[in-house]
Amino acid sequence: MRYEAPDTLEAAVGLLSAADGAARVLAGGTDLLVQLRSGPVEPDLVVDIKRVPGMDAIVEEAGGFRVGAAVPGAALGEHAGLRAAWPGVVEATELIGSTQIQGRATMVGNLCNASPAADSVPAMIAAGATARIEGPGGRRDVPVEEVATGPGRTSLAEGELVASVFLPARPARSGDAYLRLIPRTEMDIAVVGAGVSLTLGENGAVSAARVALGAVAPTALLDRACADAIVGAALDAAALEKLAAAASAACRPIDDKRGTVAYRTRVAGVLARRAAAIAWARAGGRA
Amino acid sequence: MTITATMTVNGEERSGVCEERTLLVTFLRETLRLTGTHVGCDTSQCGACVVLIDGDSVKSCTVLALQADGRDIQTIEGVADGDELHPIQQAFHENHGLQCGYCTPGMIMSALDLLKHNADPTEREIREHLEGNLCRCTGYHNIVKSIRAAAGKMAGAGA
Ligand SMILES: Cc1cc2nc3c(=O)[nH]c(=O)nc-3n(C[C@H](O)[C@H](O)[C@H](O)COP(=O)(O)OP(=O)(O)OC[C@H]3O[C@@H](n4cnc5c(N)ncnc54)[C@H](O)[C@@H]3O)c2cc1C
Ligand code: FES
Ligand code: FES
Repeated sequence: MRYEAPDTLEAAVGLLSAADGAARVLAGGTDLLVQLRSGPVEPDLVVDIKRVPGMDAIVEEAGGFRVGAAVPGAALGEHAGLRAAWPGVVEATELIGSTQIQGRATMVGNLCNASPAADSVPAMIAAGATARIEGPGGRRDVPVEEVATGPGRTSLAEGELVASVFLPARPARSGDAYLRLIPRTEMDIAVVGAGVSLTLGENGAVSAARVALGAVAPTALLDRACADAIVGAALDAAALEKLAAAASAACRPIDDKRGTVAYRTRVAGVLARRAAAIAWARAGGRA
Repeated sequence: MTITATMTVNGEERSGVCEERTLLVTFLRETLRLTGTHVGCDTSQCGACVVLIDGDSVKSCTVLALQADGRDIQTIEGVADGDELHPIQQAFHENHGLQCGYCTPGMIMSALDLLKHNADPTEREIREHLEGNLCRCTGYHNIVKSIRAAAGKMAGAGA
C-alpha cells in the first residue's frame, strides 16, 4: 500500500486517476482504517485529502454553507451559523462516535462509505444537500441521494472524489431534525434513522418538506409520499399519523441482528413522526 | 513499502521504520516499544489506545503512523512527572478507578482531554465524554469518581 498526502486538489485527482490498483480516499479514516485492518479493503493507494487547502473549511456561500470533505464532526458542531441553520444535520453528524471519533470523522466520509445506516446521510438528503464531485472529467454537483448506490457502493467514477457538501440557504420558518434508534445510548449502528426538513408558509401550514429514512433499504431513501403526507396543512395529529404510515410503507428493510423487518418498518413510522414534530417546532410551528 | 516516521513523543523526538499501512498504535507499541498504549479491539470502539495528538484525544488505531509524522504525541508514559503521578493517575489509584487496568491508559488520556476543556465536569459530562472508552471490570462508577476527584484536586492546585 502506498500512502500519499497531496497538497492540491489536482494532485489528489491525478493520483486517484493514475492508480493501477484499488485506490481509496482517506478523510477521517474512522471507516477506512478499520476496514483496512479487518481485511475487506486492500487498497494499493490511499490518498489522504486532509492537506488539500480548503478541505477543512466551512464557507458561507449563496446564503448556505459549503462543508469541506475533511471537516470533522466536532468542527461542524462548533460552527454557530451552521448549527442555527441546519440543527438536524449537525445533530446527525454529532451522533457519529465518541469524542475521539468526532475529532476525525467527516460527513463526506460517512456519505462515501455508503453504509445504509450512515447517520448524517438522511439528514443531508432531507436538507436537499448536494455533493460537489471533482474528477478527471471536471466538476459536477449531484444531490446527496445520488451518491450511494448500495451498501459500500457509490456512483463516483474512477478518479473522482467528493470535495465538499453544500447545504442550501434556509427560507424563513424552516426547521430540520434527525432521529435514530439504537439499542445503546451511543456508539452503535442505527436500526432506523429518520431525517425531516420542512418550511412553513405565512399561514402556518407546512409549505415544503423532505423526508429521508436510513437503514430501511440498501441506501437512504428520499420519500416523496412522506413529504406529501404533511405538506399543505398544519402538522396536527392526523398529519403526523399519515406521515408515520407513509414512512412505514416506504421501508424495504432486511432482517438482521439489529432488528426484524416488522420492527424496522414500525419504528420508521414512529421516528419520522417524532423528527417531523421537532422540525416543526424548530420552524416555529404551532398546532 | 517501509518508511520512516518521525514525531515528538512525550516531548522527545522519535523516529522509527514502519510500513505505510502501519497504524499509529502499532508504531508506538512495536516500533517505539511504548506498550502502555493498549489495543483492546479491532473496530476502533474500545478506546484502550487513546493518545493525544497535538493535545486532542484520538484513538491511535484510527490513524496511520504516517499521519502522525511531524506531530506532537502524548502517551500514558508521558503523563507522570518522573516518579510523581499525575493527579488523574493518583485519583485512579486512590478511588479504585481500575481493576485489571487494561482500559486505564485510554481512560486517563481521555480524562486529560476532558479536563483540559472542562475543568469541573459533572458526572453526566464525564460519562458522555467516556462514551468511546469501554471498561469490562469497574462498571465505570469508580472511574467517574476518580475523574471527579482529580478535577477537584487540579482546581485546588490551580493547575
Ligand atoms: C467507534 C465508532 C463509532 C461509529 N459510530 C457511527 C455512528 O454512530 N453513525 C455512523 O453513521 N457512523 C459511525 N461510525 C462510522 C464512521 O465513523 C463514519 O461513517 C464516518 O463519518 C466516516 O468518516 P471518515 O472521514 O472517518 O471516513 P473515512 O474512513 O476516511 O472514509 C470512509 C469511506 O469513504 C471514502 N471517502 C472518504 N472521503 C471521501 C471523499 N472525499 N471522496 C470520495 N470517497 C471518500 C473512503 O475511501 C472510505 O471508503 C463509527 C465508527 C467508529 C469507529
Ligand atoms: S484498540 Fe483502538 S479503539 Fe480499540
Ligand atoms: S479495569 Fe479492566 S477493563 Fe477497565
